[in-house]
Amino acid sequence: MADHTTAAHSKSSPLMLYFGIWATLLILTFVTYEVAYLELGPFNSVVALVIATIKATLVALFFMHVWHAGEKLTKMVILGAVFFLLLLLGLTMADYISRPWS
Amino acid sequence: MGMPTVVPQQRFERETYLNKEYGIWSWLLTTDHKRIALLYLVSITFFFFIGGFFALLIRLELLTPAGDLVQADTYNKLFTQHGMVMVFFFLIPSIPATLGNFLVPMMIGAKDLAFPRINLLSWYLYIIGGAIMLHCMMTGGVDTGWTFYVPFSSNYTNTKFVEAGIAIFIAGFSSILTGLNFVVTIHRMRAPGLTWSRLPLFIWAHYATSIIQLLGTPVVAITILLVAAERVLHLGIFDPRLGGDPLLFQHLFWFYSHPAVYIMILPSMGVVTEIIACFSRKRIFGYHFVAFSSIAIAVFGFLVWAHHMFVAGISVYSALVFSFLSYAVALPSAIKVFNWTATLYKGSIQYDAPMLYAFGFLGLFTIGGLTGLFLSALGINVHVTDTYFVVAHFHYIMVGGAVMGYLGGMHFWWPKISGKLYPEGWARLAALIVFIGFNLTFFPQFVLGYMGMPRRYYDYSHMPEFQVLNVLSTAGSTVLGVGYLLPMVYFLWSMRYGKPAPDNPWNAAGLEWKTESPPPTFNFDEEPVVTWEAYNYEELDAPPQTQEVPVAR
Amino acid sequence: MPDSTVIGLQHEEEQHPELLHHFVDAEQQRNAASLGMWVFLATEIMFFGGMFCAYLVYRHWYFADFGAASKSIDATLGATNTAVLICSSLTVVVAVWAAQTSRKTLLVVMLVLTMLFGLTFLGIKGKEYKDKFDEHHVPGASFSFNNVPVPGHPGEFANPRHAQIFFSLYFMMTGVHALHMIIGLGIFAWLLHAAWKDRFTPEYHTPVEIGGLYWHFVDIIWIYLFPLLYLIDRH
Repeated sequence: MADHTTAAHSKSSPLMLYFGIWATLLILTFVTYEVAYLELGPFNSVVALVIATIKATLVALFFMHVWHAGEKLTKMVILGAVFFLLLLLGLTMADYISRPWS
Repeated sequence: MGMPTVVPQQRFERETYLNKEYGIWSWLLTTDHKRIALLYLVSITFFFFIGGFFALLIRLELLTPAGDLVQADTYNKLFTQHGMVMVFFFLIPSIPATLGNFLVPMMIGAKDLAFPRINLLSWYLYIIGGAIMLHCMMTGGVDTGWTFYVPFSSNYTNTKFVEAGIAIFIAGFSSILTGLNFVVTIHRMRAPGLTWSRLPLFIWAHYATSIIQLLGTPVVAITILLVAAERVLHLGIFDPRLGGDPLLFQHLFWFYSHPAVYIMILPSMGVVTEIIACFSRKRIFGYHFVAFSSIAIAVFGFLVWAHHMFVAGISVYSALVFSFLSYAVALPSAIKVFNWTATLYKGSIQYDAPMLYAFGFLGLFTIGGLTGLFLSALGINVHVTDTYFVVAHFHYIMVGGAVMGYLGGMHFWWPKISGKLYPEGWARLAALIVFIGFNLTFFPQFVLGYMGMPRRYYDYSHMPEFQVLNVLSTAGSTVLGVGYLLPMVYFLWSMRYGKPAPDNPWNAAGLEWKTESPPPTFNFDEEPVVTWEAYNYEELDAPPQTQEVPVAR
Repeated sequence: MPDSTVIGLQHEEEQHPELLHHFVDAEQQRNAASLGMWVFLATEIMFFGGMFCAYLVYRHWYFADFGAASKSIDATLGATNTAVLICSSLTVVVAVWAAQTSRKTLLVVMLVLTMLFGLTFLGIKGKEYKDKFDEHHVPGASFSFNNVPVPGHPGEFANPRHAQIFFSLYFMMTGVHALHMIIGLGIFAWLLHAAWKDRFTPEYHTPVEIGGLYWHFVDIIWIYLFPLLYLIDRH
C-alpha cells in the first residue's frame, strides 16, 4: 500500500515521477512502432515483447504503486499469476514444438 | 469422550445466527457467512440429487447389454448432464461453499469473511448458473460429454451447448469469488496470536483450494467463451477446416479441469485431518508436512493436465514429461496419507460417525490415488483410457474420497451448525451402508475397464460377458442411494427432535468450538486471542484444573 | 465488555464512517480491499492468458499467414490507441494522488479525463472494427482474404483459412479487452459521482485506488496486445 503521509508531504515528487514514467512509456511505444519496421529477423518479436514487458513493469511498479508496496504479498500475487501463465504458455507450446508432424 | 460441557440453560432466549431474524428476506439478503453457508447447503444438495438421478438412469440402462432403456442420444445427454451437474454444481462448491463458508471465519476468530456482500453475490451467481443449467437440461439438454470437446461441441452438436456453457461460466465466477474471499480473509483477518503455524489444517486446505480456484477457473471460462464464439459468431479458432487444432481446446480445458479435481479433494482432506485429530485425541503428526503438502498439491496440480491427452495426439516427448510430473503430484497426497496414519498410531480412537467416514476416506482415497498412478504410466494408459477403469478411478476419489469427507464433515460440525445432535446410531449405520454401496458400485468398474468395457457406451451387446459386473454395479448404486438418503432424513429430523448440542460435544480443538452451538451472528462475544498451538488435545484431555484455556478479556 | 473498548470502537467509527462492522479497524479494511483487487487482477491475467495461449500456438503454426493478416490492420491506429491508454493511466495515477491530498477539483478533472481517454480508445477501436467489416475481414460467411501477399515472400499468398483464425483471435482478444474497458468506464463513472459527492478523503479513498488498479491492468493488457496483433511482420 502506498505511504499516504510521504505523498502528502512531498507534493511535487510523485507528480514528477508520474510524468516521467508517462513520457518514458510514450517513448517506448514509439520505439516499438519504429523497430517493427526494421529487419531484425526473429529478434523483432523478442524486442517487441521485451519493450512491452518493460512498459508493463513500469506501470505496475510506479502507477500501481508496487514499488512502494509495504509487504511482499502484493509482489507474490503478481509473480504467482505470471508464473502460472508462463506455465500454461510454456507447457502447451512444449507439446506443439515437439510434434514431429505439422 | 472428553469432559461434557454444560448445556446452557437460557437456550431459547439466547440470540443465535438462526433466530436473530426471521422471514425469507432475512435469508435471501443476508450477508452472514453462516446463513450463506446454509443457503449453499440447500442448493448443492438439490443439485446432488439431480446429478444422482441421472446416474441412476445410466446404471439402469447398463443393467442389460442392449441399449433398451433410452436412445443413444438420450444416453449421451444423461452422462453429460450427470457430469456437468456433479462437477460444476455439486463437487466444486460442496465443501468450500458450505463448511468453508461456515467455518473459515470462525476458525480464525473473525466475525465474517472479508467481503460478505461478495459472498452473497457468489451464491446468487451459483443459483443463476444452476437455473440456466436446469432450464437447458429441461429443454433439450447437452450431449457433448461434461468435457465438451471440439469440434463436436463447437460445430456439430445439435444440442444446447451455449446455454450449458453460459451456466458453467456463471457458476465459475461464483467459484472464483469464493476463492478470492477465502484468500483475503485468511491473510488479513486472523485473530491476534493466530500465526500461520497455528492455523487448523482445514484452513490450509481451503487456502490451497482457493489458489486453484483463482488461477484455474478463468482459463476454462475463456475456453467456454471461445467455443461459444465459434458456435454462435463463427469466430473459429478450433475448427480443423480452417486449420484449427482441436487439441488446443483440450490443453486449455484440462489446464483448469485437472486442477479442478484438486479443488474437489483438498477441502475433503482438510476435513479428514480435523476429524482424525479429534477422534484419535492427538495432535496431527507432521503438521508442517501436511500444511505444505496442501500447497504442493495446488502447485503441482497445475503441471500435469496433459495426462488426460496421452492418446489424443500430443507429442511423445510431451507425454513423457507429463507422465513424470503426474507421478510427482502423487507425492504430497501420499505424504498426507502417511501423516494421517501416523496420527492414528497410538491414538485413543473413537468410532463416531465422522470418524467412520474418515476411515472410509483413507481407504478409498488411497485406492483411487494409486489407480491414478497406474493411469499415469503411459503403457497402461493406452489400454485403459476411455474405459471404465478411468471411471472407477475418478469415482473412487470423487465419491469415495470427496463425498465421504463431505459427509464426515457434515456430521462433525452438525452440532455447531444446527445446535442439535444427530442420532449417532443411524449415522453409523448410514456410513456403513454408504461404504458398502460405494464399493459394490465402483469396484466392479475397475475390472470392467481392465477387461475393456468402454465408457460412454449405452449398448455393450457385443460384449455380453460384461453384464454380471454391471448388474453388481447397479445394485451397489441403489444401496449407495439409500446411504445418501438416510442422512438427509435424520439431519432434518434432528433439527426438530434432536437433543440440544453443547458448545463442544466432541471436546475438539479449534476456535469454532469455543463459541456456542449454534453460534451468535458475530461468532464470538469477544475477539479471541490465541496463545496455544493447533490440535492441543493433551491440554483438552487433561484433568479439569488445567481445562481453562485463556481467551482475551 | 470494558467501557474503554466500547468508547474506542465508537471513536473508530466516528473517524471512519465507512468502516464495515466485521473489520477490526480501517487499516484492516483497506488492506483487505487492496489484496482483494490484486487477487482479482491475478484471475484476469489467467483469463486473458487463455487467449494469449491460443494466439501463441497459431502464430507458431501459421507465422506467414498471421504476418499477412496483421499487416492489414492499421498499426498507426493501434499505436495511437496505445498512447491514449498510457495517457489515461497518467490521469488515473494523478487522480489517486489528488484523492490522497484532498484535491477534489483535480480529482474530478482527472476522473473525467480518464473517462474521455477511455471513450477515445473505444471510438478508435470502433473505427478499426468498421474498417475490418468493410474489407470483409470479419470471420464468418462473408470473410474473404484472397490474393493477399505474404510479407517477405514475394509471389506467395496468405492462406485465407489461417488468416481467418488470426482475425477470430483479433476480434476475441480486442473484444474482451474492450468489454473490460467498458466495465472500467462504468466503474469510473461511479467514482466520479462519489468524488463529486465528497465521499473521498485522505483517510478513505480506497475505491479510487482499487479502481485505478483495475484501469492500469486493462492498460497493461493492451500494452501486450498492440505488438502481438499489430506488429507481427511489418518489415
